[in-house]
Amino acid sequence: MPMFTLDDVRRIMRSCAGVPDAVDLNSDIADVPFADMGYDSLAMLEMAAHVQQEFGIRIPDDAVEEMKTPQEAVDYVNRRFAGELQG
Amino acid sequence: MSGSRRVQAPDQGPDRVVVTGIGVIAPNGLGTEAYWSATLDGKSGITRITRFDPERYPVRVAGQVAEFDATEHVPSRLIVQTDHWTHLGIAAADQALADAGITPAELPEYEMAVVTASSSGGTEFGQREIERLWSKGPGFVGAYQSIAWFYAATTGQISIRHGMRGPCGVICSEQAGGLDVAAQARRLLRDDATLVVTGGADASLCPYGLVAQLSTGQLSGRDDPGTAYLPFDVAACGYVPGEGGAMLVTEREQAALARGRSPYGVIAGYAATFDPRPVPGEPPRSNLGRAIIAALDDAGLAADQVDVVFADASGVPERDRQEATAISAIFGPFGVPVTAPKTMTGRLYAGGAALDLAAALLAIRDGVIPPTIGVIAQAPGCDLDLVGGTPRETPVRNALVIARGHGGFNAVLLVTAPRSTPGNGE
Repeated sequence: MPMFTLDDVRRIMRSCAGVPDAVDLNSDIADVPFADMGYDSLAMLEMAAHVQQEFGIRIPDDAVEEMKTPQEAVDYVNRRFAGELQG
Repeated sequence: MSGSRRVQAPDQGPDRVVVTGIGVIAPNGLGTEAYWSATLDGKSGITRITRFDPERYPVRVAGQVAEFDATEHVPSRLIVQTDHWTHLGIAAADQALADAGITPAELPEYEMAVVTASSSGGTEFGQREIERLWSKGPGFVGAYQSIAWFYAATTGQISIRHGMRGPCGVICSEQAGGLDVAAQARRLLRDDATLVVTGGADASLCPYGLVAQLSTGQLSGRDDPGTAYLPFDVAACGYVPGEGGAMLVTEREQAALARGRSPYGVIAGYAATFDPRPVPGEPPRSNLGRAIIAALDDAGLAADQVDVVFADASGVPERDRQEATAISAIFGPFGVPVTAPKTMTGRLYAGGAALDLAAALLAIRDGVIPPTIGVIAQAPGCDLDLVGGTPRETPVRNALVIARGHGGFNAVLLVTAPRSTPGNGE
């Protein structure tokens, strides 16, 4: 059972970066690039900060480069939980 | 010098710069018509501060924009990354563009610009982030603080929102900024720009923002909203701060007429001066009079052609006397109708002169000078034909707006009635 899910991404983006105009966050957004939903680099930093605060894990600033889509963000955070990533 | 000069207007050609759209967010009205009808009715938006408990602060009344719900005016993605002051500016700019009948996507993006005035920046946003920093730690400070506080944030967000990638900018000269930006818009339109969104807004009624304003010593400590701000009155005791402002769409007259739009008026004259450094032991001197004369000159108008003066109306007795003296020296004692509708909003800083400019254009449109409320007895040295508690119906062709920014800024701008309408084939 993953600790971090797409619903967590939806909830965190909604609260810290707002809701996009063109895309329904409740639809299947797993592989829709954040950029295509209107989330810019500052929105990604906001998301990373919230995940760090809420889940108590560390996400380096440049890790947002590996999180171009919600699914990639979920995978990255869960690999962090699993201790698969260093730094 | 009053009435002696009739010089050729330098700005009478087809490339005159006109205002074709107005958007207003004011303490006494959301939207241009709501503001204007409240203003003509003498309805004030000044109340006890409700945004936070002001009890322990020396200033407890303000002109708050009470009914504004950002979610009705600003997209969700933008709300989280911008300050309340930018929300007001975005909403006013949207109104102004709609009023002007402009669809920005249809116009060349590099020929459209945004130039707004800002005085406080995003203090409410900043206070929230500072609270997070101190109570929770640096990891809890939002990334958007980096762009939300910044004076140019409103300009930038309007520019991004509407794809206006021309020569954008921000001017920070406190209350004078609302006129300085309109003059900058005129410069840009005389050059390569074809459309400029201009105006100003401020919203700094959080504890941090209010305390920053207190340092001037010019704010009113009176608790009664009805008597807290009485410019030119014997009982004047400083001014009431307010939030909000106005945005304007400016373009060349020819372009407006070609689109079939009737402009509100022409930006016909402008000048700015700076006051001399105060000398200890000597009364402060002002160069406001020079700005009025230079603006008349720029418009090619004589003093006796001015139908109304929208005063800066500081409410600080010394500054009131300076302004009244400058007006009387040029127009004669009681020589021109003077009004201060900001007695119903408080001083809105960068938004204040932009709102006065909007009011001046509406006065031209409707042939009515809005009232100055509250003033009962003018102070000695203030020999002004102040338009009192009821509006004065009279044709208005030329309106002069004065704005003085804290720190020495003086700006004066003249707007004149549109000479032509799309119907008369000009």
